[in-house]
Amino acid sequence: MKKLKLLLVGTAAALAFAGSAAHAQKGTDGDLKILFWQAVSTMNPYLSGGTKEVYASSMVIEPLARYDEKGELVPMLVTEIPTIENGGVAKDLLSMTWKLKPDLKWADGTAFTADDAIFTWQYCKAPDGGCAQAAYYEGVKSVEAPDPHTVKITFTEPKPYPYSAFVGAQSPIIQKKQFEKCVGAAAPGCTSANFGPIGTGPFMVKEFKPNDVITFTANPNYRDPAKPAFATVTLKGGGDAASAARAVLETGEYDYAWNMQVEPEVLATMLKAGKGKLETAFGTQVERINLNHFNPDPKLGDKRATKEGGPHPALSDPAVRRALTLAIDRDIIVEAGYGAAGKATCNIVPAPANVASTKNDSWCLKQDIAAANKLLDDAGWKKGSDGIRAKDGAKLSFLYQTSTNSVRQATQELVKDMWSQIGVATELRNISASVYFGGDPASPDTFQKFYADIEMLTNNFDGTDPEKYLAGWLCDKIPTPANGWQGENETRYCNPAYDKKVAELSKTADPAKRETLSKELNDMLTEEGALIPLVHRGSVSSHSLALEGVRMNGWDSELWNVADWSRKK
Amino acid sequence: MFTYTLRRLLFAIPTLLIISFVIFALLDLAPNDPTGDLPLTIPPEVREQIRASLGLDQPFFLRYLYWLQQFFINEPLNILERLTGWQFGDGTRMRVLSWATRSPVVDLIVQRLPQTLWVVGLAYLFGILIAIPIGVISAYRQYSIFDQIGTFISMVGYSVPTFFTGVLLIVIFSSWLQWFPSVYDTNLQVTDMSSFFAQMRQMVLPVSVLSLYNASQIARFVRASMLDNLHQDYVRTARAKGVKEKSVLLVHVLRNSLIPVVTVIALGVPTIFSGAIITEQIFRVNGLGQLLIVAIQGADIPLVQTLTFIFAVLIVLFNLIADVLYGILDPRIRYD
Repeated sequence: MKKLKLLLVGTAAALAFAGSAAHAQKGTDGDLKILFWQAVSTMNPYLSGGTKEVYASSMVIEPLARYDEKGELVPMLVTEIPTIENGGVAKDLLSMTWKLKPDLKWADGTAFTADDAIFTWQYCKAPDGGCAQAAYYEGVKSVEAPDPHTVKITFTEPKPYPYSAFVGAQSPIIQKKQFEKCVGAAAPGCTSANFGPIGTGPFMVKEFKPNDVITFTANPNYRDPAKPAFATVTLKGGGDAASAARAVLETGEYDYAWNMQVEPEVLATMLKAGKGKLETAFGTQVERINLNHFNPDPKLGDKRATKEGGPHPALSDPAVRRALTLAIDRDIIVEAGYGAAGKATCNIVPAPANVASTKNDSWCLKQDIAAANKLLDDAGWKKGSDGIRAKDGAKLSFLYQTSTNSVRQATQELVKDMWSQIGVATELRNISASVYFGGDPASPDTFQKFYADIEMLTNNFDGTDPEKYLAGWLCDKIPTPANGWQGENETRYCNPAYDKKVAELSKTADPAKRETLSKELNDMLTEEGALIPLVHRGSVSSHSLALEGVRMNGWDSELWNVADWSRKK
Repeated sequence: MFTYTLRRLLFAIPTLLIISFVIFALLDLAPNDPTGDLPLTIPPEVREQIRASLGLDQPFFLRYLYWLQQFFINEPLNILERLTGWQFGDGTRMRVLSWATRSPVVDLIVQRLPQTLWVVGLAYLFGILIAIPIGVISAYRQYSIFDQIGTFISMVGYSVPTFFTGVLLIVIFSSWLQWFPSVYDTNLQVTDMSSFFAQMRQMVLPVSVLSLYNASQIARFVRASMLDNLHQDYVRTARAKGVKEKSVLLVHVLRNSLIPVVTVIALGVPTIFSGAIITEQIFRVNGLGQLLIVAIQGADIPLVQTLTFIFAVLIVLFNLIADVLYGILDPRIRYD
């Protein structure tokens, strides 16, 4: 055990130095073997949108700037991040200018120019193309190239937080020459381009077997001639999370495996083999419980869970919502279902650190059954002969739905038990994920339709700015039959004061003021019991002890710095 | 026999059309959505555009007709073009495209078929080769120790699911003993002896799991069929005439007993193509079974539709083959 500890300390120290210390020569470290238990379907993130596709393609195609593991922007293809101070962002917030690094080359040896960025924008906004990352180019009026090394983006209205188009793994630049004939409805037909995009990243696709395995080779024209250290990469897909963990931690067949959604105790046993370690990165994912503010009673027919159906007979009472929050012991939920991959939280915006509030941690993070019971007693909810509280004919008996997933079902059981201690009964229900998250307006089981009293899910926001995410709880974002049940405000929270503050945030450019406003909005949601944040979820990956340079990232692709990875000699 | 076969083949056409419609309708009614697996950060209006780009905004019946045209006209023409080098029309036909990969479904199937045939097909062959001797000896020495053990093993092999035996073998042979790899390397090319051995090594575990299952199933059939025949009058006659025990068993009884077994084996052939879904998934063999399960999970409807339909064609076809074989092997059966 002592030896193992020493080894771990040694690896950690080695990792800390790996970034700056003398690096291995290009292509000297052989084959890097990566395992994704969900296989990659395409290498074009604009046609898929799935996390696995975004991550896999991030080794090949790159955005102008990325987020590092601290959530800070780092220039990739540009000389610096444009800001108001350095003149890169216009004072009126209507445009921004990126300066490309000189002499950048695509993997095929041709020059990388601003034209490629313009083309990427045109590609994604083309009608009938079904671009999955269209949200990244929202509000972009035009993209121009004053000269071949300058990209100027003009916005339709002032953008206080302008870093979206060409930023992050979801909006990389594709080559104009390769994709020119693949715009709009022609996009899916370009199979060879979609499977083997030419990029500027450290690796290029050698062979792509859809839904199975991808082989990469080092890009000979990569901008840093000493990188990458690995000559080839094999990215195998398929199987399940537990066997992927086993292939890295126990048998050592693979160097890196993504997304270890495995019970904490199973991982602990595998770690004893001493071949690998876990890395956790926390982004903005929060597992939360939505409380339906409208009445989902089936008797209401078409008016179920809408404003016309009226407020929820029990959950519209703030005391009930607060009591439900107080009765939950988040630490037990984390321990049982998440292990290192979760932290108890009372914030819907849990990160980055500068916008994460701590205001409600004092009362909300700790379970307080007595206080919850007292709150309900005072509000007039009296226990009946069956032990369930009721008031004016309304019973605290709820239908609690979520997607089918062993961790979620275990969490449901725990919460049910905690709530039973304050006289709240719950009926549990789970729905297949592809239906629950499918968004089909005809299905009664989607999380947006919310034909239940309580539901649980995880959501997050991309990048580090929560403005758009917080705007999801505006009154007009409530899913209704009129908008085809689309809208982010599933919990049906509506507060004019909240709406006003969001409008203020969208006009504020000063970073410090934006942080304060974001925190205030986050606190409002928790304090008023709009929803119950439960667990700040991280992503866990495992890698072999021999692999160096991994800087696990929750803000961008996990493989964002694969150019710096090397094998310990 | 020929007119019978022809009649059955003609009859298969409406059957298959109905099957294809039922599959299409079932998949359409299922509340799955191809955008269901995407991160929630992708907003609803973008999802709507994705659905429209997949053609999901068109009415159900039109989509079915499109699929029929793509599958029965465009794809065969395409295969013909590729085989002969001729060109029909301008050569740009809408092919059946998978929603997840946006590539032609037929290409995916062609890519996956060899692995399935190798792993699952070999397991089927081994299964048969193991099952027949076990079945014969078990029946001949009924209630002997060999029979007891054989029946027990085939009972276990038949009842224990492959997802259990597969993981068990991985834990024993990959994790503990480290003899065989747990992940099937689909990029391995057999070029010399060492790569051939590597290929053999990675096939051992999945093939054993499936062989055990197949052998158990067939061995029970062989045993039962042998027992039926061993007590027939013609066996006694043969013995009374002084025929050697070996030829009584292997010539008279075995040949007659194999008639129903051949039918069972022929009916099982389509399952080779449909792959062993679970076993392929456990060992990450990129075969048709794995393709199907990934497609179902991702609501990749064109791929599920096409694969299921091809399986349906195979099942109909091998039912016919089994019937015809039965007629050939057993002179007592005449269809005309």
